[in-house]
Amino acid sequence: MANQKNLKQGLYNPKNEHDSCGVGFITNIHGRKSHRIVQQGLEILTNLTHRGATGYDPKLGDGAGLLIQMPDSFFREEIKNLKTELPEAGHYGVGMIFLPQSKSAREKCEAIISRMIAEEGQVEIGWREVPVNNKNIAAAARDVEPVIKQIIISRNKNCASQDDFERKLFVIRRRIEIEVNKLNIDDPAKFYITSMSSRTIVYKGMLLACEVGIYFEDLLNELMQSALALVHQRFSTNTFPSWELAHPYRMVAHNGEINTVQGNVNWMNARREKMYSLLLGRDLEKLWPLIENGQSDTACFDNCLELLVAGGYSLSHAMMMLIPEPWAGNSLMSEERKAFYEYHAALMEPWDGPAAVAFTDGKMIGATLDRNGLRPARYLLTDDGDLMMASEMGVLKFPEDKIIKKWRLEPGKMLLIDLEEGKLIEDDEIKELLSSEKPYQDWIKKSRYFLGDLKVIDVKFKHKESLLDLQQSFGYSQEDLSFILSPMIETGQENSGSMGNDSALPVLSNRPKILYNYFKQLFAQVTNPPIDPIRESIVMSLVTFIGPKPNLLGIDDKEPPFRLEASQPVLSIDELEQLKKIDSLTENKFKSKVIDITFVTDSDEDSAVVMRNALEDICKKADQAINDGFNIIILSDRATSSARLAIPALLACSSTHQFLVKSGNRTNAGLVIDTGSAREVHHFALLAGYGAEAICPWLTYETIKTLTDDFIMAQENYIKAIGKGLFKVMSKMGISTYQSYCGAQVFEAIGLNENFIEKYFTGTVSNVDGIGMDQVVMEAVRIHQLAYGNDPVLSNALDAGGEYAFRIRGEEHMWTPESIAKLQHSTKKNNYETYKEYAELINNQAHRHMTLRGLFAFKIKESIPLDEVESAKEIVKRFTTGAMSLGSISTEAHSTLAIAMNRIGGKSNTGEGGEDIRRSFPILKDTTISDHLDSDIIMRNINLKAGDSLRSRIKQVASGRFGVTAEYLASADQIQIKMAQGAKPGEGGQLPGHKVSDYIAKLRFSVPGVGLISPPPHHDIYSIEDLAQLIHDLKNANPKASISVKLVAETGVGTVAAGVTKAKADHIVIAGHDGGTGASPLTSIKHAGGPWEIGLAETQQTLILNQLRSRVILQVDGQLKTGRDVVVGAMLGADEFGFATAPLVVEGCIMMRKCHLNTCPVGIATQDPELRKRFSGQPEHVVNFFFFVAEEAREIMASLGIRKFNDLIGRSDLLDKQKGIEHWKINGLDFSKIFYQPKIENDTAKYNTESQDHGLQNALDNELIKNTISAIKDKSNITLDISITNVNRTVGTMLSHEVAKRYGNTGLPEDSIKINLNGTAGQSFGAFLAKGITFNLSGEGNDYVGKGLCGGKIIIQPPKKFRGLAEENIIVGNTTMYGATSGETYFNGIGGERFCVRNSGASAVIEGVGNHGCEYMTGGTVVILGKTGQNFAAGMSGGVAYVYNPNKTFKNYCNLSMVTLDKVEKENIESDIPQHLNLADEIILKTLIENHCQYTKSNIAKKILNQWDVELENFVKVMPIEYKRALNEMKETKKKEVA
Amino acid sequence: MGKVTGFLDFARQNERNLPTEERVKNYKEFILHLTDEEAKVQGARCMDCGIPFCNNGCPVNNIIPDWNDLVFKQDWEAAIDVLHSTNNFPEFTGRICPAPCEAACTLNINSDPVGIKSIEHAIIDKAWENNWVLPQISKIKTKKKIAVVGSGPAGLAAAQQLARVGHDIEVYEKNDRVGGLLRYGIPDFKMEKIHIDRRVNQMEVEGVKFKTNQNVGETVDPEKLVEDYDAVILTGGAEWPRDLPVPGRELEGVHFAMDFLPFQNKIIAGDKVSDQIKATGKHVVVIGGGDTGSDCVGTSNRHGASSITQFELMPQPPEQENKSMIWPYWPLKMRTSSSHEEGCDRDWSIATKSFVGEGGKVKELIGVKVEWRDGKMQEIPNTEFKIKADLVLLAMGFMGPQQTMLDKFLIEKDKRGNAKASTEGDKAYFTSRGKVFAAGDMRRGQSLVVWAIREGRQCARAVDEFLMGSSVLPR
Repeated sequence: MANQKNLKQGLYNPKNEHDSCGVGFITNIHGRKSHRIVQQGLEILTNLTHRGATGYDPKLGDGAGLLIQMPDSFFREEIKNLKTELPEAGHYGVGMIFLPQSKSAREKCEAIISRMIAEEGQVEIGWREVPVNNKNIAAAARDVEPVIKQIIISRNKNCASQDDFERKLFVIRRRIEIEVNKLNIDDPAKFYITSMSSRTIVYKGMLLACEVGIYFEDLLNELMQSALALVHQRFSTNTFPSWELAHPYRMVAHNGEINTVQGNVNWMNARREKMYSLLLGRDLEKLWPLIENGQSDTACFDNCLELLVAGGYSLSHAMMMLIPEPWAGNSLMSEERKAFYEYHAALMEPWDGPAAVAFTDGKMIGATLDRNGLRPARYLLTDDGDLMMASEMGVLKFPEDKIIKKWRLEPGKMLLIDLEEGKLIEDDEIKELLSSEKPYQDWIKKSRYFLGDLKVIDVKFKHKESLLDLQQSFGYSQEDLSFILSPMIETGQENSGSMGNDSALPVLSNRPKILYNYFKQLFAQVTNPPIDPIRESIVMSLVTFIGPKPNLLGIDDKEPPFRLEASQPVLSIDELEQLKKIDSLTENKFKSKVIDITFVTDSDEDSAVVMRNALEDICKKADQAINDGFNIIILSDRATSSARLAIPALLACSSTHQFLVKSGNRTNAGLVIDTGSAREVHHFALLAGYGAEAICPWLTYETIKTLTDDFIMAQENYIKAIGKGLFKVMSKMGISTYQSYCGAQVFEAIGLNENFIEKYFTGTVSNVDGIGMDQVVMEAVRIHQLAYGNDPVLSNALDAGGEYAFRIRGEEHMWTPESIAKLQHSTKKNNYETYKEYAELINNQAHRHMTLRGLFAFKIKESIPLDEVESAKEIVKRFTTGAMSLGSISTEAHSTLAIAMNRIGGKSNTGEGGEDIRRSFPILKDTTISDHLDSDIIMRNINLKAGDSLRSRIKQVASGRFGVTAEYLASADQIQIKMAQGAKPGEGGQLPGHKVSDYIAKLRFSVPGVGLISPPPHHDIYSIEDLAQLIHDLKNANPKASISVKLVAETGVGTVAAGVTKAKADHIVIAGHDGGTGASPLTSIKHAGGPWEIGLAETQQTLILNQLRSRVILQVDGQLKTGRDVVVGAMLGADEFGFATAPLVVEGCIMMRKCHLNTCPVGIATQDPELRKRFSGQPEHVVNFFFFVAEEAREIMASLGIRKFNDLIGRSDLLDKQKGIEHWKINGLDFSKIFYQPKIENDTAKYNTESQDHGLQNALDNELIKNTISAIKDKSNITLDISITNVNRTVGTMLSHEVAKRYGNTGLPEDSIKINLNGTAGQSFGAFLAKGITFNLSGEGNDYVGKGLCGGKIIIQPPKKFRGLAEENIIVGNTTMYGATSGETYFNGIGGERFCVRNSGASAVIEGVGNHGCEYMTGGTVVILGKTGQNFAAGMSGGVAYVYNPNKTFKNYCNLSMVTLDKVEKENIESDIPQHLNLADEIILKTLIENHCQYTKSNIAKKILNQWDVELENFVKVMPIEYKRALNEMKETKKKEVA
Repeated sequence: MGKVTGFLDFARQNERNLPTEERVKNYKEFILHLTDEEAKVQGARCMDCGIPFCNNGCPVNNIIPDWNDLVFKQDWEAAIDVLHSTNNFPEFTGRICPAPCEAACTLNINSDPVGIKSIEHAIIDKAWENNWVLPQISKIKTKKKIAVVGSGPAGLAAAQQLARVGHDIEVYEKNDRVGGLLRYGIPDFKMEKIHIDRRVNQMEVEGVKFKTNQNVGETVDPEKLVEDYDAVILTGGAEWPRDLPVPGRELEGVHFAMDFLPFQNKIIAGDKVSDQIKATGKHVVVIGGGDTGSDCVGTSNRHGASSITQFELMPQPPEQENKSMIWPYWPLKMRTSSSHEEGCDRDWSIATKSFVGEGGKVKELIGVKVEWRDGKMQEIPNTEFKIKADLVLLAMGFMGPQQTMLDKFLIEKDKRGNAKASTEGDKAYFTSRGKVFAAGDMRRGQSLVVWAIREGRQCARAVDEFLMGSSVLPR
C-alpha cells in the first residue's frame, strides 16, 4: 500500500519531514466578493509552480490549495440539490472533509461527525459530495485520494454570536478528530478535516499547483465568490502522497519552518493544567490533545493559533505573541511596544524560525514575517483596493497604471487587512493599537523582578572535599582546564581546534564518559537557515524567565502574575544564592526549594536501582514542592562527596522537567540547575534544551579560581564565552531566543537505548540504541570511584583526557603515531604490505572500538578470484578529496592533491576560495608547478608531467562565495554547494587576516591582511525551494557541470536529501560529523552532527522509499581511511567517496591540530612562506594511497563474491554486527536500523542510474544565446528587446556562461550585448552576469538580482506607467548582488533585506534598502540614496558604502562594530587618508550618481546632482576599520618602496 | 603549549659538556644540565602536537608536551609530578637514555628535535635539589609478600610501584650493592652512583627491603622463594655476554667489557680491589661499536691508555638517515658518543680473525675488512691487517639472561633463551610457572634502561592485578 511507506521504518522517520514553498494571497480590501478573486488565487498558484516540487512522477506534486471566504451564494444554490434550506449567511458552517475510501469506514466517520455535532448542540443540515476531476492527477496521489465531502452545520441558539459558533465548530472539529483517531481506520486515504467554519473554506489536496482549479470543479463556478483567496504551493522533502499536508491550514499558510516546534509543543502540553478560559469554559478540556503527534510544524502552529483566537485574542494579537519582533535590546522600538512584547514573552515563547505566514479568519487577512526576514513576501496595492501578496512578484499581472504601491513585508513586521472595515492597517498602526490596549508598561513595572537588580548576597563557597576530588568526581580531565576553561577565561570565547574528531564515540569508549557526551547537537541545513549570532546579534536574546508561567488564555486577567527575569541563564554562585533566598528578596512573591540530586553509594543495593529510585524521588519532591507553593525548583548536586554520588545533572534536569510537564506543574515553577558537572558550552545547551531556565556551574567557578589571579574578570569572561557559545549552538539550529531553545530538545542521542530515552528524554531520536540506566549508573559510579579511589596517577592530577590531543593514557584515536607512520611510509615507498599494516590498525577495532563501522562485520559469501573484480583503475575514479580551500591549506598542498586526483581520474575540490585560472590551463610538456604558475607563489616546487592538470574538478560554492565567478564556475566538472561541513555544521567560518596573503586576496577579490568571514547560512538558501533555485542558477552557469550538495549527517538528513534530490541536485554528499580539516570551535568538532554510517543509511533508505535514489550520485565522507571504509560506505549506499584527512597525512600532515594557528610545521595548513618550504608531499604518494585503498576494497569484494562496484552499493544486507566483542557499553548497540533494507515494490535502483532533468530547455537564455551568439563570437555589439515574467528565472546566466567559457572574467567590452527587458523578472535575474552584457529592465526584480555578478551591468527602473514614486516603492527583492565580484547595478527604487551581502567588488546605486545592507561586504562600492534598515554594514570588512543621510538618523541603523562613519572626502583636497579605488570619494560618488541618473532617470539622483555641493554634505561614508588599516599599510609600504 | 612559534624562533641547544681534557681527569659526570632560563627556551620549542609522537616514542610514555609546557611556564614542581607519573627514575633516563623520544619528535622531521632529554635532566635535578622527591608511603598494607630477583632498573621500578600500593617487597641482589647494570655497568662519568643510592633510600622508606649478596639459584633456593612469597618477579637482566671464539681468545688481556667496567665503579665507590684490569699505558682495542664499547673507551681514556681503537663488524651507518622513510622510528645513523670525543680511533666493517700473544699475553689483533651483501658478510681479500693490542675488550652485546637461574626456576624460555612471557593480555608478564613473573632484559633480552623501567612498571601492575583482582597502577 502506497501510504504505508510513510510509516516509520529503518532510519526513516516521517517526523523529520520538512516543507516549504510559495505562498500568496489576493484580496480586495473593501471586502468586495467576486469570483475573479478566486480565479486570481488559482492563477497565483499556477505562477508559483516553480516553488513547488514534484516527485519521481512529474505529475505528483507536493500539494497545493486555497482558502476562501464562505461562498454563501454558491452553497445557497447547491443546497437546493439537498432539498433543504440554508440559514442566513453566518448562521451555518461548512466542514470540508477527507473521508476514507472504504464505505464502511466512511460511514463510521460520518456517524461520529453527526454525533459530535449533536452532542455540541448544533444542527446537521446535510452532506454534500464535492465533485472532483481526478483524471489528471498522478497515480500515487489517486491511490490515496480521499472521498471529499462537505458537511453543512447550522448554528443553534446556544451560540450567541458568530464568534461563539466558530468556537463551537472548533470544538466539534477537535472532538471529531479525536474520536476518529480512536477508530484506527486502515484505509489508503486518511481522514482529515481541511476546514470547518462559518467564515472560511479550504480546498486543497495532493495536487500540482496548476491542477487545483481543475480538480475541484466547484472553484470554476461563478458563484464561488470571495473577497480573499489565500493560496499555497508546497515543496516537501518527501514524495509520499499525503493529501492532508497541503496548505492552507484552517487559519494559516506558511512558507518557512518552525525550528522550535518540539519545544513549543512540549510547552503547550505543559500549560494544559494551568490553562483556563472564560470564553471556552469547559469546552477547553475537550480540545486536548490540542496538538496531535506527528503533525507538520505548520499544523502545530495552526492549532496553537486557533486556540489563541478561540480563547479571545484577536488574530493580530495572537500572531504577535507567536512570532514576536526582536524587542530585547532594540533601541528603535517604543517603550510601549517593548512592554507589550515583554509582557507576552512570559506567556508564550516565540515559535521561532524562518517564516512568512499568511493568516486569515475570514474577516481579516494578513501576513507576518519572522524577526530576521528570512523569507520573501512582497505585495502590491491597486487603486481598486486589490491587494496581492506573494513570495514573489509577477505571479499575477495588474496593469501598471493601476498599481499605487509596491512594497514588501519587513522582518518582524505585519500587514493586516480588515475586510469588514475595508482598510489596510500597517504594522505600526496595528502594533501601537495593541500595545496601548492595556497598561503593559505599568504591569511590567509592577510584576517584574530583575535578577540583576536584586540585592547581592555574598557567599563564601566551602566544600568538605578537595577541589581535585570534586573535579574528578564530575569527570574533569586536564583538557577541561587547558582546552576548555583557560581559553574561555582569558579571551571570553571558546577555543578552536582543527582536523576533526577521530576519537572514539562515547558509547564505544573504554573509558567512562559523562552523560552529556552521548548527545549531539542538531543543526539547520537546507530546509531552514542557521543564523549568524555575531553579525546578526540584533535578533538574538538570552533573556530567561525563571519561575511560573502565567495562564496563556488569561486574557482578561487584571493583575499580571509576577515574573523573575534574568538577562542570561548562567548564574554566578552569588546569583544562585539570591535564588535560594528569593522569598526575602521579593517579598515572598517567589519561593524556592533546593532539591538535592545526590545519593548515597555505599549501600549493598544495586546502584542502578538506587539511582532510579533517587530520580523518582527527586521528581516527586519537586512536584510536591510546587503543590506546597514553591515556584522555583533548584536541583543541586553540591552535596556530592566521597559517600554521595551526584546523579548526572542532565538526567535529573530532563526527568524532572518531563515529570512536571506530565503532572501539569511545570508551568507553575521555574527549573534551575546547580551543578558541578557543567563546564562546556555543550553542557549548558543540553541542560537548556531539556528544560533548565538557569544554570549555576558551581564547580567551574571553583576551578577557575585556580587558573587566574583576577577571578571577577575570569568569571565575567567565562559567562560571556558560554553565552556566545549558546548563541552559536542555538543559531546553528536557526533559533534566536533562549526562551524558545529552552525545552526544545534539538539533540539526537547516539548510544543510548530506547527505554532510557523514552523514559528520561522522551521525544529524542536515538537510532542505534546502546546503553541504558544500568550502564549510565555504572559510568557515574566508575567516575566517582576514580575520584575517591587510590589510583596513584589521579592522586595529584586530573585524568589526561586525550580527547583533543592524543595521549597514551587518554582516549583512543584512529590517528595514532603508528597509523600515521605506517601510512606515510607505505605511500612513500609504494609498499602495499606496509599499507595493509596501516589498514589493519584502523580497521581492526576488536579491542579499540572507535567507530560504528568498526563494529560491523561482513557476511562473507562465496569468494571469487581477485582478478574477476572490477579493476582498481576504475574504482579510484569514485574517489575525491575533501573541500579544503587554498587559504586553509597552502598552494603546494592544494595543488598536490589536484595533480594526484587528476592523474587517477578522481576529483579534487577547490574548497571555498576561488582558483587561479592558470590552474585550468592544460600542461603539455614536462615542467614544474612554479614554471606553470609563478615562482613567486610557490615555496616548494613540484614536478609536472605532460598531461597533468592542476585544475580542481570540483568547484565549491560556499556561503562566502569567495572567488565564485562565471569563469570559476565554467571551469568546473562539478559544482558543489556546501550546505554544511562536518567539523562545524550550521556555522560559518573565518579566514584570519594573517592567512590572507596577496595571492589569496587576489583569488578571493579581497584585501590582503583583512580577515574574511563566511556567513553561517547561504543568504540565498533559507529553505528547500531556495536551494532548488541556487541549483538552477549554477546549472545555468555551467550546464555541463553536475551540481552537488554537501550535507552533514544528523537525524533527518535522509529526508533533507530527498528534498535536495527533488530540488534537482545531481550529486549529494553525506559528511560525517567527525571529518573536517578546518578550524572550528571545539564544541562543534565534538558535539554537532552524527556519524555518517547513520546519515548515509538514512539517506539511502529514504531515497529508495521515495523512488529517487537512481537520480543522484551519493558520496560519503568523514574520516574515511581504508578500503574497508569504502566497502562499508558502498554497502550503506554511497557511489563515491571523499577523503580529506588521510590524503593530507599522505602529504605529510602529522595531525598537529594547529591549522588555525598558521604554524603547521610541515607546510600544509599554513601560508607562512618559511613553513611552506618544509612541505614534502608528492602527487605520487597520494596516487599510491588511493590505489592501495581501491586494492584493499577489491580484496574485500572478492571475498564477498562481488565483481562490479555498482553491485556493492546499497547491499547493507551483507553487513552484520561483529560477533564476539563483549563490552559493557557496546553490547546494547543495535544496528538493525542502519542495515535495514526498505521493501520496495519493483526493481528500484540502489545506485545512480539516470540524470536529472533541469529543464534548461525552457530557459529564456536559449533565445538570448541564439540571438547573440555570433556577436559573442566576434565581439561585436548587439541590442535586443524582450519581455520577461517571474517564471523566467536566472535570466542571463547561461548567456554569461557562453561569454565566460570563451573570455573568462575578462568578458566582452562594456555594453557589447545590450538587452532591454520589460516585465517582472523571476528570481536570480542577471546571476553571474558577465562583463560586456547590460540588462536594462523596465519593471521590477525579485530576489537575488545580480547574484554573483561578475562584470555585467544591471539597470532596473519602474515601468513608465507605474503611478507610484520610484523612491518610495520596492524595485528588487532580497539578497541582491550576493557574492558579486565586479560589475555595476542601478536600481531606481528600494531593495529588500541584505542588499549587496558579501559583495566583493561590484558597485551599486539604490534608493533605499532593508535590514542587514552590505553585510559581510569585502569590496566594491555601494551608494544608497535613501533609508537603510537596521544592522547596516554588519561584518563588513572591505569596500565602501555612501549613504544619503539628510536626517542624520543613519547611525542608529548602522552596526558600528566593524566600520566607522566618516565624511565623504572631497575632490581636489589634499589629504592623507588612503583612498578607496585610489580616487577621492567625491569622484566615485558623483560618477555613480550621474550614471544612475543617466540610466534610470531617477528623480532623487537628479535632485541631488542639482544641488551637489549642499547634498554632498548629506552623505556619510561607511568605511570598514580593517579596510582602512590595510589601505594605510599598503600606502606605507608604497612610500617605503618609493623612498 | 609553550610558545606558539617557539619552534621557529629558537634553536635547539644541547647540554654543555666539560672540555674533554678536563673531564678525562676524573670519573665525575661532565654534562651540565640546562639553566632554568635555557630550559624555558627549550620548552618553548615544543609544539604541543595534536599527536605527540614523542609520547609514543618514549618506552615509558612520558607525557613530554605537558612537562615541556610546565618548564616553559617555570612550574617545575608540577613538571616533576607529571614526569614521575610515568617514570620512576628520570635521573637515570635523563642521563643515559638514548632518547628515542627525540627521534620521534615531530620537529625532527625537518628540523632539530626538542631537547627532551635535557629538559628531563633539568627537571629531575631541580626536584632533588629542592627536596621535592619524597617517599610515597602507602596508606594501606595488603600483607602480600613479593620477591623481586635482581635490582636493576626493571626490578627497582617494579619494587617501587608495588611498595607504593601497599605490598611487602623484598629485593634480592646477587652483588654487594643494589642497582644491577646501573651500578656496575654504567661508568660513573655517565651516571654517578649517588642517584641510585638516593632512590634506594627513598624506596627503603617506602618499605622495600633490599637483600644484597643473595644469589638466587646459587645461594638462595628458588623453590623457597616460590613457597614463601605471594609472587616472585624475575628481573635478573641479560648478562650473558657474546663471545668471540677466534684463535687467541684465551690469551691474557682479552676480556669481556663486563669484566672490565665494574672494577672501576667499585673503586670509585671506595672498595678495595686487588686485581683490577687497567688500561693504563696500554694499546686498547674495543670490539663492538655500541654503548658498552663506548663506555670501555671512556674508561680506558681515564685510565690513561696509550691508544684506543674501536672496531665494529657492521658497516658505518650514514651520517644522516632518510627521515621521510624512518621517522618517527629510531634511526640507524652515525653516532659519536662523548667517550669518542675524548679520543679513540674507530673503524667499521672489521672482523677479528685472531689474537696473537706473547707469553700468554695478547699483543696483536689480526683483523680483516668485510663487506655485507644481502645480509651476508664476506671478507674482502687482501685486506688483512695487524694492530697492536695489549688489552682487548669484548663489547659485542649480550646473548640473553644467565640461564642457570631460569632453569632452576623451571620456567619456559623463548627461542633466544629469555624468560618466556608476553606483555599484553590477561597473562602479561606471567612466566610458565604460577606466580612467577619476569620483566626487563631477563624477559626481552638486552635493551635500554628505559625499557627496563617500562617493563618493571607494567609487570608491577600485572602482579598487583594478580594478587588483588584489580589494580590502580598505570600500565
